[in-house]
Amino acid sequence: MPERELTFAQAVREALAEEMRHDPRVCIFGEDVAEAGTPFKVLSGLVEEFGPERLIDTPISEAGFTGIAVGAAMTGLRPVVDIMFGDFVTLAMDQMVNQAAKIHYMSGGHWRVPMVLRTTLGATRRSAAQHSQSLHAWFSHIPGLKVVLPSTPYDAKGLLKAAIRDENPVVFFEDKMMYKLKGPVPAEDYAIPLGVAEVKRSGDDITLVATSSMVQVALGAANLLEKQSISAEVIDPRTTWPLDEAAILASAKKTSRVIVLDEGYGRYGVASEIAAVIAEGAFYDLDAPVKRMGAMQVPIPFSPPLEDATVPTEETVCAAARAMCKHQL
Amino acid sequence: MTTATSNPQAGRDRASDKQLWIHAYRQMVRIRLFEEQVNELYTRALMPGLAHLYSGEEAVAVGVCEALRLEDYITSTHRGHGHCLAKGASPDRMFAELLGKEAGYCRGKGGSMHIADPATGNLGANAIVGGSVGIATGAAFAAKRLGNGRVAVCFFGEGALGQGSLYEVMNLAQLWKLPVLYVCENNLYNEYTHYTETTAGTILGRARAFGLEATVVDGQDVRAVRDAALRLVTRARAGEGPGFLEADTYRYSGHHVGDINREYYRSKQEEHYWKSERDPIQLHAHWLMKQGCADRDSLDQIAVEARAEMVEAVKFAMAAPYPSTHQVEEDVYA
Ligand SMILES: Cc1ncc(C[n+]2csc(CCOP(=O)(O)OP(=O)(O)O)c2C)c(N)n1
Repeated sequence: MPERELTFAQAVREALAEEMRHDPRVCIFGEDVAEAGTPFKVLSGLVEEFGPERLIDTPISEAGFTGIAVGAAMTGLRPVVDIMFGDFVTLAMDQMVNQAAKIHYMSGGHWRVPMVLRTTLGATRRSAAQHSQSLHAWFSHIPGLKVVLPSTPYDAKGLLKAAIRDENPVVFFEDKMMYKLKGPVPAEDYAIPLGVAEVKRSGDDITLVATSSMVQVALGAANLLEKQSISAEVIDPRTTWPLDEAAILASAKKTSRVIVLDEGYGRYGVASEIAAVIAEGAFYDLDAPVKRMGAMQVPIPFSPPLEDATVPTEETVCAAARAMCKHQL
Repeated sequence: MTTATSNPQAGRDRASDKQLWIHAYRQMVRIRLFEEQVNELYTRALMPGLAHLYSGEEAVAVGVCEALRLEDYITSTHRGHGHCLAKGASPDRMFAELLGKEAGYCRGKGGSMHIADPATGNLGANAIVGGSVGIATGAAFAAKRLGNGRVAVCFFGEGALGQGSLYEVMNLAQLWKLPVLYVCENNLYNEYTHYTETTAGTILGRARAFGLEATVVDGQDVRAVRDAALRLVTRARAGEGPGFLEADTYRYSGHHVGDINREYYRSKQEEHYWKSERDPIQLHAHWLMKQGCADRDSLDQIAVEARAEMVEAVKFAMAAPYPSTHQVEEDVYA
């Protein structure tokens, strides 16, 4: 039987539906999450099965409903908060950073906040500076939060189910350009543990550590490199916290050259952190300094040729990898 | 604007009334004497950091919590010791927390501004002004969804009226008819600024704009507070929607224990007036005696017992060990 394929959006929806089916405590808060199924239509059809009691349409009050989810999580529900665009998490930041992330620790372990905040990242949708950012580094910085960055439909389903079952606040970033991406997704129940990286493609000459949207870019670059006899390994941490340092270091030591690709800003960002982990843990095995590639240090512009220039592409990654391997090959 | 006043003859049987009001007296005295010890610990440099004393505002926490059940929820503030005690926390573990000891409510990780206690429904004190409005509203959401009959009370100072999230959650609470009571403790000052300099319009008008049942009460009158809170809590519990209670009150000390010279923002005469004319404990003592519920000796005895309790609690906390440093990395994740 051929493998069943789903889009990334369908995989997210299936994970939510399955968790809602087997756990009545799971409910979804957000703007236009019920009948509208969100502007991205990720939640379409859920309200028909679970009703407006569990798909809770809210006013445009990100701080308000995120705060309510924190309190509801502490007192017996397992809320999933939908923040339409990742850019809008700024409005809910106090609730996540000062409240959700700290409550378990501050209370000496007495209160728990088992909630998920789902939101989006990624540029190139021609949405300009306030609808295109990738702000996952902000949350990855905060002890008490877990941060998940699925890169395939398979991972989206398994990681989201793990996030909902987790006892901690988890922030789950979906690349909005990836919603239509198709891939194999088993119909059965499976969860992917948070904190386990996956080698998406095995190789020997260079490692591309890539997250979220950049995994597809890295895989495309690896194909281009293969034609030039450079064998690239692509490894996806899948969660920025917990971070599977061991798997990243093992790959770095194996190939001795690493580019870290992440769609957030490199400056003080996820790519920088992973590069530092590699520098600390694999320095003597490296043949070249670790390179970071991410969004340019500009607000994301609207004009297509400008916007396209801000994110790494298969071609730019390929060129960077070739330059890094040049002396060796 | 309606001001609720207490009506002790409002149809309750006298015997249980007497117990209730004596208990309320005891609770207020315990809070006052707890704070006295906190100030002492600070002055003698025995307490790390600062604390915000609740002295002068006791009738608000006690009046509201006397209208609650043990399993009901509260959220508290940086000025939270009174809320915790009124909801049933025990002073020894509170002092231990204030001193950063392992026996504290948060194993020493929270301190004065973060005391939390699931056993008494205390979701935690919050050091972000307005930081718990979402949490309390969310607890009310869960209570309604789970049908467990609980109510959530959100205590905050009038300074939190400046936070937009309050208006977001009041809107939601009313739309969803959540069993939540917002208690605005108006002690006149946002830190060092009189609230009239920061607050346009009226306080109740803000809650009423969302259709909340809103009342102002004399926050120095524990019976008035309790009656008003009971009415709003009962409605909320019955599914009739959220309430908003403004309690007019006064903090006797500085914004925190180190705020000693205060004349640049409020006068000594003003402080004197509240302490001598409007003291919630004295006012309630007079009432208890006038009603024949207590005499001076029995009230003095309550204070003696409360003082002894607090002294013992401080001793316990002083003698308690600090957490071992390996605990610093515990509890980051559940
Ligand atoms: C969001 C935020 N801003 C500022 C502060 C600093 N701060 C602590 S208490 C306080 C005043 C609070 O006044 P109010 O809410 O009336 O409470 P009160 O201290 O009078 O009990 C301020 C500004 C803070 N803790 N949180």
